[in-house]
Amino acid sequence: MHMSDALTMADRSLRLSRRNTDALITALVLPVMLLLIFVYFFGGAIDTGTRYVTYVVPGVLILCAGFGSSNTATAVTEDLKGGIIDRFRSMDIGGAPILAGHVLASTARNLIATTLVLGVAFAIGFRPAATLPGWLAALAVLLAFILALSWLSATVGLLANSPEAAGGFTFFVSFLPYPSSSFVPTDTMPTWLRAFADHQPITPVIESLRGLLLGQPVGNTPWLALTWCAAILTLSATLSGALFARRTSR
Amino acid sequence: MPSPPAIQATALYKSYGSLPVLRGIDLHVPPGTVFALLGPNGAGKTTAVRILATLTAPDAGTALIAGHDIRTHRREARRCLSLTGQYAAVDEKQTGAENLRMMGRLAGLSRREARARAAALLARFDLTDAADRQVGTYSGGMRRRVDLAAGLVRDPEVIFLDEPTTGLDPRSRKEMWDVVRELTARGTTVFLTTQYLEEADRLADRIAVLHEGRVVAEGTAAMLKSRVAGHRLDLTVTSREAYLRLTSSLPATATATATAATHRSPETLTLGIPTDGSAHHVRTLLDELDPHHTEIESFVLRGATLDDVFLTLTRPANSPQDPTHAHV
Ligand SMILES: Nc1ncnc2c1ncn2[C@@H]1O[C@H](COP(=O)(O)OP(=O)(O)OP(=O)(O)O)[C@@H](O)[C@H]1O
Ligand SMILES: [Mg+2]
Repeated sequence: MHMSDALTMADRSLRLSRRNTDALITALVLPVMLLLIFVYFFGGAIDTGTRYVTYVVPGVLILCAGFGSSNTATAVTEDLKGGIIDRFRSMDIGGAPILAGHVLASTARNLIATTLVLGVAFAIGFRPAATLPGWLAALAVLLAFILALSWLSATVGLLANSPEAAGGFTFFVSFLPYPSSSFVPTDTMPTWLRAFADHQPITPVIESLRGLLLGQPVGNTPWLALTWCAAILTLSATLSGALFARRTSR
Repeated sequence: MPSPPAIQATALYKSYGSLPVLRGIDLHVPPGTVFALLGPNGAGKTTAVRILATLTAPDAGTALIAGHDIRTHRREARRCLSLTGQYAAVDEKQTGAENLRMMGRLAGLSRREARARAAALLARFDLTDAADRQVGTYSGGMRRRVDLAAGLVRDPEVIFLDEPTTGLDPRSRKEMWDVVRELTARGTTVFLTTQYLEEADRLADRIAVLHEGRVVAEGTAAMLKSRVAGHRLDLTVTSREAYLRLTSSLPATATATATAATHRSPETLTLGIPTDGSAHHVRTLLDELDPHHTEIESFVLRGATLDDVFLTLTRPANSPQDPTHAHV
């Protein structure tokens, strides 16, 4: 795979998402709205031991990353609908640069949304205690999470038969952060749910993000998070390669 | 050394599940010529094009594109060909110029070369004024042109066009024909599929008719026309009852059994039957079809058209006397 092909494809994908006004507004406005809803609607009722805005920002970042990454599935199915993949393949551009382009574009979109959410969060009282290395580590974890979910989402796009079906994935992913410590401490949950919440991949991601941003000790949680992300990424990249060949070469 | 054929296919087979789509296709296309693959809906035209353009692997058989085997030297083959498929392969949300620059970059051009190439192609396809508009706002003809232009960023030796004029109005169709002629004038080989006989007749040096997975006829338009009886006897009958009786009883008559009505026009009560044009054959046909000399009002003898060839050759096997286009 030539890196320049992947960059050309990412450029294309970003241009297409810039012109999809509805999706663009949703991708930027929804995260901020979620933040405001959590802080002002639920924040008063939930006691987490810290200021709720500070507790919840990492969770909102994860929620937005999941939601933003899942748009990759729709973009991939849109591509499969028309004749453009045939044209790319006849130019000897394979699945890897096409999917990598979508994933890179998704990452860029997500980082913009993340910046926006952090900006608003600061404005309404988010005061993290992180040092510079803490910030960088948190960013690395978040980036790994976005990459993994975007590639997983691209894989789902190859499995789905229509953009609408791919949209169902958005729904699923946006629910995954709820049974975790994203919004409420897990010890408030019933035992069976807590067992799931404590062991699902989002929990180490959120725990390390929160720990790093709040300057608390995190132990090996970030490594656990990165391992989860690497596993999802490897699995998705392998699976998507096979799926792409199956979907396009019939 | 003579240059290799632009396309040389041998015994291509392809099935989808239990549905055999291609059952042994051989094709030979010399460089710099236009070749038309003709066939009704579902004949397997797109399947054949996708195999030749290296996008689908055949179950058996292979093909050489400019001498490169599509199975063992796919990359080299791809370097020599371009495909403009049946469904648009440009982004509606990008402008014409953006689409072409992207294709240029993917073809390995530098940013600046891609820009120049895009501008040149837009000018050549008369799209300079629309260059900065999103393709979604283009007319059908403009879309087809930008789609074709996108396939030309690399100046391929062999160009595949899958139904390039389907859905275009007569003027846009003529423009597309001019583009194809211009391409061959530069020495490019064009392989196109079409459902329009007129298009094949006007454009193609050679034509192959694809039917039920096989090439049932191959040659120049003139050769194909001589494959059928050569003439067509158009009969106009006196009443609707007579028309219905004749169209349904036609199979039973001796002289007409080997043939069939290749043309039917219920509105004008006219049906056309292939004939060699000899007085003897025409007289026998008239006598057999209308023994009491009351039902046939008038007749006209015409030279066979490519339509007749097509309908004769692509008659479904299970209903030999009922051409697919019978009720048009
Ligand atoms: N990927 C596929 N999976 C299953 N069946 C397929 C596939 N592609 C084509 N077919 C079947 O193969 C047959 C030939 O299809 P093909 O698209 O090659 O025909 P065509 O001549 O291009 O038709 P049209 O004029 O409608 O474009 C059809 O019956 C079609 O349903
Ligand atoms: Mg087709």
